[in-house]
Order: sequence, then C-alpha cells, then structure tokens
Amino acid sequence: MKPGLNLISLIHCCSSALFAEGPAVYAIHDARVVRVSGPPIEHCTVVVRNGLIEAVGENVVPPADAWIIRGSGLTVYPGLIDALSTIGISGPRPPPATPALSPPPPAAGPEDRPSNTSFLRAADQIVAADPSVEAARDGGFTTAVTFPTANIFAGQGVVFDLAGMRIGQMVIDPSAGQYITLRNNGSSFPGSLMGVIAYIRQIYLDADRYKVAKAIYDKHPKGLERPAYDRTLEGVIESPRVLLPAHRAVEIDRMLQLARELKIRPILYGGEEAWRSVDSLKRSGVPVLVTLKWPEKAKDGDPAVDEPLRVLEMREKAPSTPGVLAKNGILFAFYSDGIATSKEVLKAAKKAVDAGLSTSDAVRALTLSPAEIYGVSDRLGSIDNGKIANLVVTDGDLFADKTKVKYVFVDGNKFEPAPESPDAKKDLEKTQ
Amino acid sequence: MKRALALAPLTALWLAAAPPIVIQNGTILTVTKGTLLGSLLIKDGKIAQIGENIKIPSGAMVVDATGQFVMPGIVDCHSHIAAESINEGTVSVSSMVGIQDVLNPEDIAIYRALAGGVTTANILHGSANAIGGKCSVIKMRWGRTANELLFVGSKPGIKFALGENPKRRGGGNAFGATTLRYPATRMGVEDVIREAFTQAKAYRASWKDYEARKSRGELVIPPARDLKLEPLVEVLDGRRLVHAHCYRQDEILMLLRVADEFGFKIRTLQHVLEGYKVAKEIAAHGAGASTFSDWWAYKVEAYDAIPYNAAIMTRKGVLVSINSDSDELMRHLNNEAAKTMKYGGLTETEALSLITINPAKQLMIDSKVGSIEVGKDADITIFDAHPLSNFSKVTKVFIDGELYFDRDRDIADRPALASRKKELITKAAEEQKKSPPVSPRRPGL
Repeated sequence: MKPGLNLISLIHCCSSALFAEGPAVYAIHDARVVRVSGPPIEHCTVVVRNGLIEAVGENVVPPADAWIIRGSGLTVYPGLIDALSTIGISGPRPPPATPALSPPPPAAGPEDRPSNTSFLRAADQIVAADPSVEAARDGGFTTAVTFPTANIFAGQGVVFDLAGMRIGQMVIDPSAGQYITLRNNGSSFPGSLMGVIAYIRQIYLDADRYKVAKAIYDKHPKGLERPAYDRTLEGVIESPRVLLPAHRAVEIDRMLQLARELKIRPILYGGEEAWRSVDSLKRSGVPVLVTLKWPEKAKDGDPAVDEPLRVLEMREKAPSTPGVLAKNGILFAFYSDGIATSKEVLKAAKKAVDAGLSTSDAVRALTLSPAEIYGVSDRLGSIDNGKIANLVVTDGDLFADKTKVKYVFVDGNKFEPAPESPDAKKDLEKTQ
Repeated sequence: MKRALALAPLTALWLAAAPPIVIQNGTILTVTKGTLLGSLLIKDGKIAQIGENIKIPSGAMVVDATGQFVMPGIVDCHSHIAAESINEGTVSVSSMVGIQDVLNPEDIAIYRALAGGVTTANILHGSANAIGGKCSVIKMRWGRTANELLFVGSKPGIKFALGENPKRRGGGNAFGATTLRYPATRMGVEDVIREAFTQAKAYRASWKDYEARKSRGELVIPPARDLKLEPLVEVLDGRRLVHAHCYRQDEILMLLRVADEFGFKIRTLQHVLEGYKVAKEIAAHGAGASTFSDWWAYKVEAYDAIPYNAAIMTRKGVLVSINSDSDELMRHLNNEAAKTMKYGGLTETEALSLITINPAKQLMIDSKVGSIEVGKDADITIFDAHPLSNFSKVTKVFIDGELYFDRDRDIADRPALASRKKELITKAAEEQKKSPPVSPRRPGL
C-alpha cells in the first residue's frame, strides 16, 4: 500500500461528509469487477481519472500517477441508481410554487389547471447538503432520479449524482420526465379518479393545440388572436417522458391504454402486480419501475378484517414480479419508494432475488436498467471506458446480509461510508 | 374475489374457437317469440337454432336443461358496479369524465351479478351533478380485461340528474371552507342544463366556422377541443343517449321541455318514481323509463311512489325497465320483475321484458341481446325453476356462448379457494413475526 492512502482514509473516516479535494486518479487493483455490461472479471483493475472511467481489465497496469486501492477480496459494482426518489428534496413536499396565504380558489374545471406544477423542476429544488444525499451514498447509491411529487402534474425529475459542491455539477439530466399522480383534488375538481384521468387527457389535448396555435401565430402574428401563455402546458411539452402510477394489473392495463391514446412515452411506476401483465407490457415495450416497498398488511390494521384472496395473492407474489419481468425481457428498474436506508433498500431487493430474480439481473435493475430507462446509459450504469466514474466497492456480494460498502466513487471522488454506529440502531428500535 | 383462480382456464377458451353448445330439453322463454319446450344451438357465440328437436353437431358440448328454464341474459339499465369511481361531484357539469376510464374488471360484484343471471349492464356515472359523466355498457365477462368487458357496438351514453342530489351543496374542502357549488335549487338545475347546451351549441358552431374558414384557405388557429362539451354536442347530434336520474313529475316535465327546446331526446328517465303521474307525456317524448319495483322513501323526493309504477307506465305506452342501482338488488332482478305481476297485473312475458328486451331497447342493443332469437348473441341464463318464482336459482350463465357462471362448479371450487386463502394468511403472519423493525419511511412519494 502506498503511504498516501492511509492518510486519505483517515481523513474520510473522521468525516465522510467532508468533500475533500481528493486525487484525480485512482486505480482499484486486483478486484472482482461486476461491469454489468458484460460478465464479471476477476483480478481486474479499474482506473478512474478526472471523474471518468479510464480503463477496465485484467491486464490494465495502474498508471504511475494513480492512488492505488488494493482490491483483493473486494467487489466493484457500478454506482447504484435509485430510479424514483425524493432524495435531495427536504421535507415531505417541495415548496409551493407561490407561497399561498389563502387557499387556492376551487377549480371549476381543467381550464383552471388545478394540482398542476408541471413546470417545476426537481433540478431547481434539490439541496446538496440534504442528509438524504449522504445517507443514500453511504449505502452505495451514487445517482438518484428525484421528482417533485406533490400534484397530479407534479413536475420534472432530475437524474443527479449524489455528491458535489454545487447542484449544477451534480445534475446529469435536468429533464428526466414528468411525474404524474392520480391523487384527486378532494372537494375541488378533479375529485375522483375518472376526473383525474379526464383532466390529464384534456391537458395533453391542450398541449397539442398550444404547439399548433403558437406555431401558426409565431409565423403570422398580424390579424390573429394571440394564444395565451400557459406554464403548465410548457412543463408538459418540455417533458421527454411521463411517469404513470400503475400498481395492480388493472392499473397497468389502464395506464398503458391512456399512454397509447395520448401518444406519450410512459414509464410505469409501482408494478407490484406486473407479473400478471407480462403480455401487455411486452407488447407495449413500456419500462416499469418496480417499488421495493413490497406490499404488506398494515401493522395497525384490523386483524379481524377478511381480506380477499386477490389482495393476499398480490402481497405474496409481488416480490416475484422482477424475476418474471426479467425472464420475459421487460425492461425494469428498482426504486426505493421512500425506504429510509440503503441497507433496507438492498434487503428488499434481496427479497426479489429470493423469489426468483438472478443476482445479476438484480444488480442491473439498480444500475444499467435505470440508466437505459432515463436515456443516460451512454454515461452511467456500467463499468466501461469513458463512462462517469460512479462505483461502489464492497467486501462481498451486494445483497448478502453481512456485506459492507467500503468505498463509493461519485464522479471519480472517493467516499468512505461512516461506520454504522450501534447506538443509531438502538435509537431506531426505540422509535418503532 | 374468489373466482380469479378458477377462471383462468376460461380465458384460454376465449382465444380458441369454442365448440358449439346445445342446451336441451329446457323450457325456453324467448321473451319475444313465445315459450317452448325444446333445445337451443349456440355456434360461434351466437344463437344458431331454436326448436323442439335439434340435431346435435359433432363435438358439441351438451347442457341438459331438463326441468330447467332458459331465458335471455338479464339486462340491467342502471348499475354502478365494476368502476373505481362513480361521481365527479366537484362540478355541476362533469361530462368530461367517463366510466370507461375507471372500469375495474376485478370487482367481485361482476361475478355476483352473473350469479343472479345478469349478463349486460349499463354502468352509469353517479347522480351528484346535473350533467354527469359518460356511461359504459358492459357484459359481465368475468376474468377479462376492462376493454373486454365493453359491449361492442353499444351506443355511448351520459348521465343527467335532477332534484335533490345535484342541488346538494358541496362539502368542506381541505382548507375547511365549504364549496358552495351552484345550483342549490331545482330551478338552478334547469339553468345548469340550459347553460351547458347553450355552450355546446356555440362550441359546435365554432368548429363549423373553423372548418369553413379553413376550407376557404384562410389562416385560422383551430379552436381548443373541449372534452366537457364534446359529449353534449354528441347528445345534440343524436349520437349519445341521455339517461336522466329523476323522481318528481315536475322535474320530469321540466327536462322533457328543455330537451324539446334544444332539440335532443331523453333516452331514459332513471328511477322516475313519479312517472305514473306523467306517463302520457313521457310516452309522447319517446323517453323510456327505468324504475324500481318497490324501493322508495329513502329521501323526501322519493316518497310519492307506488308499486304500480312500472305497470301503469307500460299500459300508457312507455318503454319500461326495472333496474337495480345496487350490486345486491342486481342479483335478484328476476324477483323484482315478478312483483309487477302482482302490482299492476303485467303478464309473465311483460314482466320478463322489463329485465330483458326492454332495457336492451332502451340501450339500443336489442338487435344483439334481450331475447332468445336466432342470430342474437348467445347470452343465456338457465334457472332451475321459473325465473319469476322466488325459489328459482341460476344454474348456468353463458355470454357470447361461453360459460361464465356454473353453480355446481362454484360450490365445488370453494374448499380449494378457502384452503389457499388460509395458507397465504398463515404464511404472511409467520413472515411478519420474523421481519425486523424498519426505519420510518422518507416522506414524499
């Protein structure tokens, strides 16, 4: 081991949050490298330079200027990606677009654009110092796709790296897509599921006409009525893809049909019952974000309630969904769905492995697949030359219980997770 | 939701060409062509032959109906099953919403309706507003997808509502304020309908104007499509059927006048408990009436009702049906129809018509369902006794010539389903015991 390494490790042990100016070149030598884009390589070297992966291979010689990390006994994976999260956004909800002192007037219909902040961008809302960023990174997540989530048209997501001095440096793609919920608006329009769907349909119709009307007007403004500026339609038009909630098979069917009708590029999220929708998913080619928050009976639920067989089956079979999707060649990725710690996220993914998903497909669902779904697989998701140097280095199989994350590289910067303190665990148990 | 597992093989049947079916030696109540003791041949989902003696084709499935009664599948003109939302009650005109968007083919009420002999139902938006949402006519194809439930070729419909429900004010909202939704009176309900159709006419004119100017080569920006007004234009053009919830004679006459004035038709008056008072006027407009046999007094406007309503309206020349508006009542519509023989003296065939051919006519699907006639869809219900008897039970139900309900099989399947359920509950309880505490969730999603 080179003498410099100990010093660096020491600094990181003291404070992993410290964003130290580290060396620009690293070589992880003699490690098992799970590239994801190809079969794993034993006794492999990965060279990281200036934030990018410079070389990968058995016969790669660590460059003279590199800080060497002895990799024997360690496994290198691409940095994990949380395909749908609120990491980096503090608090339960993003701040309102305009501070509301009095309640918004009830909507008379779609024309009032209720519950619509399609123009919000998570890229403008994430906070680098948010504790969730470091927590996710310590568990091996190097990238998150974070969305505003508060409205029917909630806003655009951002693909961003989980370390950096400035938000601008962390952002990989500020236009990840529009996050749509089917939450109704209570006593104001839309107050029902069918109202929400009708509203979404009207918005997309309006957006189509908005484009046409603007194009005609911009060419010939004289003598034509000026189309009204509408930021909610701008937000929709700027979104390259649309996230639609679909948990049960019925909902998957419904959302696929809606997307077809509106001619939008959907990504479904939820997917607990997607094992029942293999044919329609295959036909549509629509990717699925599978929640890792597996459905379970509410802990404080009424024990006497007689649950229908269909609900029981959904719970029983949900973790087998990823395995079924993988077998059928349906593109899917995992998302944390609010699970607080990365350890628990990986444990939940392990449940899918136990229910039939191969370990390599499970890794893919946390790396290359989400990168493909969001159109960033040319820079993220696998360990290949020229890609962004996001890596997670562990002392064993990613999904094994005892495995620890040793190092995390984000944009070529090395981090060491804070050791798990036994006190923290005790506190957690007390709060249960 | 017990039937999910048991029905899996039926789905495969749908895809393969089904073999012909002969239902033999039953009392066939055709409803429109009399009653005979004989057999029925089903081929390619349609009724192919009816007669006292039918040659059984090779490979046919034979159903012995000796001592049993074979009737057309029951049609329910007013139901709210199989939908994940019913009312968009936040606005007084919600014609932009539609049941088709929220159909839930996994609602157990579909299977239970089958067990009551129902094969087709009109799934309506609720009655919270003067002009409600779009309706969907479905067949009870239990085990299929939402799209496969739809009655292909049925005419689209829309719900209207008069009286207490649409004039009810909105509840509190998230901020504690009360939404004072207009209207608050019966006069206001009329005004809402007039206003909506006035807008719809203007909307139709704006598109005509646009098309005309465009064809003259003028540079014009197209009008915005309005999903609220489009269904109303369809009503004006006679392309969408109006099903209007109503109770009192005064509001019934009001609606008929408004419709006449704006030049559209009311296809059915729903509930219409005071219809017996204005039956002549209803018949003159050409509206159908879809009512209950003896269900009333659940609110003030539903007090002045009589069990003779269906019979009186029938005698005055109104096309009448008996509906359920309830997933429970839906399972014994045959008994509801039978009551009109006691109250009002309708004949057996007239009583059966109230739940078969009449609602089919009201929904304009009578060329396909509603009676046992050669060429119609093979939607067939078999009862073990006369369907107008209290003691009859449904033994088998076919839709498009496929067996969707079989009482014997239902009973046989119950133990297996119960043990599967027990197994899952035990397993889940064990896992819950094992699982460690988890951290509180991050908020947001």
